[in-house]
Amino acid sequence: MKIVVLVKEVPDTYEARKLDSSGMLARTASELVPDEINERALESALRYQDAHKGTEVVVLSMGPESTVKTLRKMLSMGADSAVLVEDSSLAGADLVRTSAVLAAAVQREGFDLIVAGNESTDGRGGLVPAMVAEHLGLPLLPSLDTLEITAESVSGSCAIDGGTLVVNAALPAVVSVTERSAEARFPNFKGIMKAKKKPLAKISLADLGLSPEPGARSTVTAAVERPVRAAGTKIVDEGQAAQELADFLAANRLI
Amino acid sequence: MANILALIETTSTGGLKSSAAGLIGAAAQLGTPVAVLAATPGAGAASVAELGRLGAAKVYIAEGDGVGRVLTRPQLEALAGAVEAHGPAAVLVSNSNESRGVAGRLAVRVGGAVAAEAVGVRADGGRIIAVHSVFGGDYTTESTIEGGLPIITLRPGSIEERAEAAIPEVSTVTLVLAAGPAANIVELREAPAETGRPALRGAAKVVSGGRGLGAKDNFALVEQLADALGAAVGASRAAVDAGFVPQSHQVGQTGVAVSPQLYVALGISGAIQHRAGMQTSKTIVAINKDEDAPIFEVADFGIVGDVFTVVPQLVEAIKARQLAAV
Ligand SMILES: Cc1cc2nc3c(=O)[nH]c(=O)nc-3n(C[C@H](O)[C@H](O)[C@H](O)COP(=O)(O)OP(=O)(O)OC[C@H]3O[C@@H](n4cnc5c(N)ncnc54)[C@H](O)[C@@H]3O)c2cc1C
Ligand SMILES: Cc1cc2nc3c(=O)[nH]c(=O)nc-3n(C[C@H](O)[C@H](O)[C@H](O)COP(=O)(O)OP(=O)(O)OC[C@H]3O[C@@H](n4cnc5c(N)ncnc54)[C@H](O)[C@@H]3O)c2cc1C
Repeated sequence: MKIVVLVKEVPDTYEARKLDSSGMLARTASELVPDEINERALESALRYQDAHKGTEVVVLSMGPESTVKTLRKMLSMGADSAVLVEDSSLAGADLVRTSAVLAAAVQREGFDLIVAGNESTDGRGGLVPAMVAEHLGLPLLPSLDTLEITAESVSGSCAIDGGTLVVNAALPAVVSVTERSAEARFPNFKGIMKAKKKPLAKISLADLGLSPEPGARSTVTAAVERPVRAAGTKIVDEGQAAQELADFLAANRLI
Repeated sequence: MANILALIETTSTGGLKSSAAGLIGAAAQLGTPVAVLAATPGAGAASVAELGRLGAAKVYIAEGDGVGRVLTRPQLEALAGAVEAHGPAAVLVSNSNESRGVAGRLAVRVGGAVAAEAVGVRADGGRIIAVHSVFGGDYTTESTIEGGLPIITLRPGSIEERAEAAIPEVSTVTLVLAAGPAANIVELREAPAETGRPALRGAAKVVSGGRGLGAKDNFALVEQLADALGAAVGASRAAVDAGFVPQSHQVGQTGVAVSPQLYVALGISGAIQHRAGMQTSKTIVAINKDEDAPIFEVADFGIVGDVFTVVPQLVEAIKARQLAAV
């Protein structure tokens, strides 16, 4: 079994994140890290590998050169090899472009199963997995809270408005997992040392046979930062606070 | 006016999900709302009156056996058929776990592009503009689609506009799913019917509890205050992880983003990822025993105190005022 895990590098959600004046991510404003959801995606693949020797796990990302750091972290967690699609013409790529590139790259790599996050913490489109699946003519089991992988199939559960769907599909297939899925392991010292020697391939659009001109695309026309909230009132409870809060709510017509 | 397609979500019994009103309402901002529905054979007609009441000028029904058994593909084929039949200027899809994949696949299929998680839409001359709230509401951005069909996913509960009722023109086609790999729906486990409380998405008031509540049983305190205020119940990720409430109540970066008139945070520290889901609320109230908790940075009214002392008193004070008012 060969599992490809799709990994995106994102600005750390523990810090303030910035857009530049054209509405593009200001990459220098915050630390860039592997998206937490992709560590969980990798964990799902590694758990299958732990139980089934001979399973190959590849991490694949599209992003700038800095993404090497993210991929090395994934290798230190236990992935066997990494692929980075890097091309200056991909800066600011939208969902359509990103998924076309990722689909071409996974096809070049070969796979039985593709595991992605349900949505990234920066773009939050939640659409790359479905778009990659459409390019490849494959089923997608989306937003799985639980995931079971067998040699022939994948299954799991997906929360929807009004209940939970239990879904399955034969391999090859694409799945995306949520933050309810497998909690990621921490890389240990041995893993970190081994990661330095694991293969990390960099490929360009030309290697994928894709042209640099995008077709239909999404473009940002305006980006406005929210004004900071005005400071409010803070009181210490000495038995009176509940009444004062009730007064405040009444004065603001909230009760 | 140009046709605007809205993909309608249905329940297992064929009823309309609550997202329908916002989808049709948004479509009406841009042109003539066309509701697109995938239904089991013979089941589509039952929804037409309700879709008309919500403002659909046209209803495109694709009926076939796969609906409810195969994931995504029936809705995708329905929508692709409606794109052919109605030549729309834009397609609107709910940004939900079940529907958004349809939007992504349609974009690949027809050579369109996607405006993701819009909280508003408008027509600006010949262009269609989607409004987004990104990085937890830190920025409001606008985007447009160039060179192809605009496909817009809408954040559930974010569209307040409603369309005027119409008597829809209906077309019904047969849905044929080509053989091929598919994701199968094995089972739908229905969630127990919601209590009388308002739904979190789109609620006017929200009371959320965090790890500070300490135990599942204590979460009743959050519910008591919510009920006194007529509010929806929310939670931090730590409260969800601790099993106090189901994940559907999570507010934040990876949960629901809310923007109510009133947001009350009880025993929540105010981590940046939690604030990402609530900091655009009109009025924020926080009760936390740690005077340095970051939640106070965004609170309009903060109480440094113990939730187990303050909240019962607050519930009494609210009830007393409500009694005095009648
Ligand atoms: C604030 C903001 C708003 C944006 N809005 C839009 C928009 O409205 N329309 C639009 O077309 N684009 C938009 N983009 C661009 C979009 O984020 C990028 O195209 C991005 O590369 C993929 O989209 P996503 O992050 O939404 O992915 P999602 O679909 O949310 O990602 C889900 C999963 O797909 C995989 N994945 C996603 N990207 C990569 C990658 N580069 N490499 C490897 N795996 C990946 C990961 O497993 C990830 O967990 C926006 C970007 C930002 C920062
Ligand atoms: C990628 C990513 C996504 C995330 N997404 C989300 C998200 O969507 N939503 C979310 O909420 N978090 C999210 N988090 C987690 C976030 O970082 C915090 O861990 C979480 O919000 C903490 O929840 P909490 O405030 O309930 O718990 P804590 O931070 O433990 O805070 C508990 C608070 O309760 C107070 N307290 C304790 N006892 C009492 C008492 N008796 N009376 C009054 N106050 C009391 C304490 O002073 C403390 O401030 C995410 C994290 C990551 C990395």
